[in-house]
Amino acid sequence: MAHLGSYLYIVSAALFILSLKWMNSPATARRGVFAGETGMLLAIVATVLANRIFNWEWILAAFFIGTAVGIPIAYIMPMTAVPQRTAMSHACGALAAALVGTAEFYRADRLHETLPKFVLVALVLETLLGFLTFTGSLMAMGKLQEVLPQRPITYRNQNAVNFTLFAIAAGLGVRLVFVPTDTWIFPIFAGLALLFGVLLIIPIGGADMPTVIALLNSYAGLSACAMGFALGNNLLVVAGALDGSSGLILSIIMCKAMNRSFTNVLFGAFGQIQTSHAQAQQRPYRSASAEEAASILEAASSVIIVPGYGLAVAQAQHKIRELSDSLMRRGVDVKFAIHPVAGRMPGHMNVLLAEADIPYDRLWEMDDINGEFAQCDVALVIGANDVTNPAARTDKSSPIFGMPILDVDKARTVMVIKRSMNPGFAGIDNDLYYMDKTLMLFGDAKAFVSEIIKELPAKVGV
Amino acid sequence: MDLSIALFVFMLATFVGLEVIRKVSPLLHTPLMSLTNAISAISVVGAILITGAQGATMLSKVLGFIAITAAVTNIVSGFLITDRMLKMFKKREEKK
Repeated sequence: MAHLGSYLYIVSAALFILSLKWMNSPATARRGVFAGETGMLLAIVATVLANRIFNWEWILAAFFIGTAVGIPIAYIMPMTAVPQRTAMSHACGALAAALVGTAEFYRADRLHETLPKFVLVALVLETLLGFLTFTGSLMAMGKLQEVLPQRPITYRNQNAVNFTLFAIAAGLGVRLVFVPTDTWIFPIFAGLALLFGVLLIIPIGGADMPTVIALLNSYAGLSACAMGFALGNNLLVVAGALDGSSGLILSIIMCKAMNRSFTNVLFGAFGQIQTSHAQAQQRPYRSASAEEAASILEAASSVIIVPGYGLAVAQAQHKIRELSDSLMRRGVDVKFAIHPVAGRMPGHMNVLLAEADIPYDRLWEMDDINGEFAQCDVALVIGANDVTNPAARTDKSSPIFGMPILDVDKARTVMVIKRSMNPGFAGIDNDLYYMDKTLMLFGDAKAFVSEIIKELPAKVGV
Repeated sequence: MDLSIALFVFMLATFVGLEVIRKVSPLLHTPLMSLTNAISAISVVGAILITGAQGATMLSKVLGFIAITAAVTNIVSGFLITDRMLKMFKKREEKK
């Protein structure tokens, strides 16, 4: 039976790899989920077959509760709340790894079992990463859910304090590796890791959450991987490494999209320093009514819509789909330009638009569509701000200088739906709004788009 | 298990992971993250071994119980929500 178990593990690992491979296109992605589910089922069956398992009442009760909690989460969670759910599941995954590590540590001590050094190193890494990712993800979840302040929380010598804490935790970890019988150190070690997770995330602003989520994803994967080393289980090593590398790639993509480095995201406390920068003088701008906007859109032959998270806050996804449908019926070519950091986690905006039934071949990535703005008649910006700010290209003094942006300013006409002229989240004024070809459409995104739709049919007489 | 074998597996899996994930369309990055999340809940295997060990102490059972609950929540909600999201991605239907 033990042999059968390890062969099933190999199949299961192959299925996990295939599962991620099939995610490369929406056409095969659902097959990928099925492969993942099968792999998971096989792994659990193999584990139960290959080992004598006792205490079934505990295990089955936990399975029952987990399933009972998991199903409603998956079906009730609105798509706007997916980032919070993701942060929560990083917390759950990391907690599971940390607790298994803790239990294993105490078990070995009780049985006076001498664990090899590398197993102890793996256990220490597993619990350290697990506990800090647990509290860190809870903090990220609180910020995304807006129960915690989104602005960075800072205090004097923050980085020095955090570094010292981490150094003490690491030092205790090393001590545990060499003297594992000092079990009294373990709770202090775990407590410091939990505390460090909190302190690591509170100084990070809401705008940086996409990077942070991806990074926490990577940590959660690595702690599962460390568990694999500790338990001598290759399947855990493979699955953990896949998750770890996925989180790493996503966080690199997010950092590039904001022209930031990891150190800058983690220790920079972005979004706080710039508030004074925005004290610009009153500059003239043009505004337009829904009726004027409708006639311009109707006369256009190509329109690029640039959605930002503001669109989702206003719940205007369905209205924007109606607008794009009715424009397309009039022969207007409509595309959506998606900046990598639009939304609150990697790829979030795509999901929000897909939920509103916008076909995915209308959604264009930044690099693929930037060349098209120069030929497009109207660029319609809704709820996006910094990702359209031309200062990122030209103004060296701007805090967002160097960040890749959507070249909205190259379109023949630019329309921006916005509540007021107030600067956005990062507090940076946007030159785009003051260009001669820019029309500001003031109002709530959902209400304004519905008004444009209402103005449209009258003109064609459909 | 031999450390060098585990490191070998880790090295290969990391490279495979990096190559495979790099090819995932940015369109699907959110479902990708919830899928990898569900997959990394494979730590349920470790939790089952801890909880189900012969002569497990109360501490092991309680910690293992919480760990299994957390991991199963991730497995169930992770796979289901990934599928729910993927169902929304539709190609344009040819109407005209």
